Amino acid sequence: MFENLSERLQGIFDNLGRTGKLTEKDVDTAMREVRLALLEADVALPVVKDFVKRVKERAVGAEVAKSLRPAQQVVKIVHEELIDTLGEAGRLNFSGSVKPHVIMLVGLQGSGKTKTAAKLAVHLRKDGRPPFLIAADTYRPAAVDQLVTLAKQINVPYHQEGTTSRPADICVNGLKAAKEANAAVAILDTAGRLQIDDQMMAELEEIKRRVNPAEILLVADSMTGQEAVNIAQGFNNRVGITGLILTKVDGDARGGAAISMRIVTGVPIKFLGTGEKIDGFEVFHPDRLASRILGMGDVLSLIEKAEAAFDEREALKLQKKLMENQFTLQDFLEQLQKIKKMGPLTQILGMIPGMDRMKNQIDQEEAEKRLKKVEAIIYSMTPKERQNPKILNASRRKRIATGSGVEVRDVNEVLKQFRDMQKLMGQIGKGRFPRIPGLPGAMR
Amino acid sequence: MGIFRSGLAKTRQSFFGRISQLLGNSDLDNDTWDDIEAVLIQADVGVAATHRIIDDLKARVKRDGITRADQLNTALKETLRGLLTTPPPMNISGRPLSIILVVGVNGSGKTTSIAKLANRLNRAGRKVMLAAGDTFRAAAIEQLQTWGQRVGVPVIAGQPGSDPAAVVYDATAAAHARGHDILIVDTAGRLHTNYNLMEELAKIKAVSGKVVPDAPHEVLLVLDGTTGQNALQQAQKFREMVDVTGVVVTKLDGTAKGGMVFSVFNDLKLPVHYIGLGEGVNDLVLFSPENFVSSLFDET
Repeated sequence: MFENLSERLQGIFDNLGRTGKLTEKDVDTAMREVRLALLEADVALPVVKDFVKRVKERAVGAEVAKSLRPAQQVVKIVHEELIDTLGEAGRLNFSGSVKPHVIMLVGLQGSGKTKTAAKLAVHLRKDGRPPFLIAADTYRPAAVDQLVTLAKQINVPYHQEGTTSRPADICVNGLKAAKEANAAVAILDTAGRLQIDDQMMAELEEIKRRVNPAEILLVADSMTGQEAVNIAQGFNNRVGITGLILTKVDGDARGGAAISMRIVTGVPIKFLGTGEKIDGFEVFHPDRLASRILGMGDVLSLIEKAEAAFDEREALKLQKKLMENQFTLQDFLEQLQKIKKMGPLTQILGMIPGMDRMKNQIDQEEAEKRLKKVEAIIYSMTPKERQNPKILNASRRKRIATGSGVEVRDVNEVLKQFRDMQKLMGQIGKGRFPRIPGLPGAMR
Repeated sequence: MGIFRSGLAKTRQSFFGRISQLLGNSDLDNDTWDDIEAVLIQADVGVAATHRIIDDLKARVKRDGITRADQLNTALKETLRGLLTTPPPMNISGRPLSIILVVGVNGSGKTTSIAKLANRLNRAGRKVMLAAGDTFRAAAIEQLQTWGQRVGVPVIAGQPGSDPAAVVYDATAAAHARGHDILIVDTAGRLHTNYNLMEELAKIKAVSGKVVPDAPHEVLLVLDGTTGQNALQQAQKFREMVDVTGVVVTKLDGTAKGGMVFSVFNDLKLPVHYIGLGEGVNDLVLFSPENFVSSLFDET
């Protein structure tokens, strides 16, 4: 959709000769593009002005590193400044608070608070902190039902009083219930409200006064435009937010609102909501968001996901097997499962620069169905067959097909794929396979 | 009014006050143009559209010999007004049953907008029925049902997790049987980048067309008024998939300006039918280009 900043700057600097230092004129030209790129990414105008000024100060007179072109040098400075601006990676802070610690979620209508409450609960549980949910949105029709349904789905205890009690009372009672349930953290789901709605903001102040939350997190839509400044300022001035959660990051918005909100409030961004699924929730990393805002992809997230899925010892074992050409169908099955663990295929593609557009063309469901089919076929084989597919005669293949609910030709296809892969792997093992350019070494 | 509000009002006054001053009686200079650019960009009009508007305006200044900022003020409003149209009446009359399909990203305000629209049409003497096609989000069906009761229109719903196209099919039959002449179909919020969910939407549309000729007769895209430049991508993708016929912009009762509708209208020729101004059933108003343009320069 938008050109990314590097391409953009490249175009300008192509016309300039290479010099050892960035001159003021070079930088001025570049800053016009930086300004446009940031505005197109929905960074608020006053924030852009301020940011561009800071980058300019850093850039004028800066040495262009030998390995870089002037455009890359500018992008590097912009990127670094953006990372500085976005601040530290997110972390919840419960210091000075007693259990159950209270996290209060606030935000506009439709920003994704209820879904975020459930995702945050799952995240906390994984972290070894038993969560508890409190339904304090008594305004939006069926908001309480929504939170209760989600709480049941994820099996997290909750408190609700329907829609007739005062939200602050619900929160106080809920906190008692959380204590009795031995929860470590209680999450308050409050109603969506406009930051200029005086009465509704007064309600948040009351809740805050009565339950003394350790964290007040503003849940904000990553597609928000220039209004981000008013929203963040509004909530911060009234209730003093302690952090931000950016939602719907799985869309294609650049997410410049994050910078605006971060700058006007000074509070850190803590989490990102990244999809419909309950585990579509990530700890915030400034470098990745900076790359995204500049349109440079999200390679780091991908590397981390790959690293989480493939642990190093196993990788070594696998490598040995490959070298000795002992890669079996059992190994094949395990690899498939690891790829699945990295998340939906389309999400993985979305993180690779330039592949972003391709992800829309892949039929996610179809791809997942095929993976499942392959899995089912291998599951229907005996351990002996998995170790040595050569013994698979016609009658064995027929049994496998029946066992996995597919046709014999599907079994044949999987076997053919496996043989091709074995061959390929054999070549890699012998070191004949060309290096894949651009693939970072961290992926091993 | 809290401290914050008066505080913010002050900043706004100083900012917009400066503009009105500049546009009041001084001579045109570069600052004037910079200030106009700032107002438009901060209203989410977007960089490209803003520059187009300013270029038009500059041409006009030259042609009409405008030298003073107050004349420019009028010219600017006229230029902006010229970029929008009064929406045509919705294509929902002259047949036994008209179907309105309502689509949009998560949290844009589809369900609330449907309730308000149902209320409007109901009060205009139409017999409205709602179809709860969001079978995905937890308690979305209950949300629509609650609204249905408040507004006094029946809601046809299936089980959570059931096929939304089947719900639409059933609702069409029910509307026919009970003599309703408008069926508004709610759909699950979906990000326009989610290919599968967009396909599902196309299926819902196809099913409605099978049961009622030429249906859906209107496909309304609900855009969150606080959205920035992503609104255009949303509109593009939804239009590709389900042939959007018009737009509803919600949440304009805050301080957001919704300036992205200029691009949506300019690039995609999608008219804005309604704007949402609050959570009450009556807070949906017909889009008026005049009011919209003047609100861009409002202080609230």
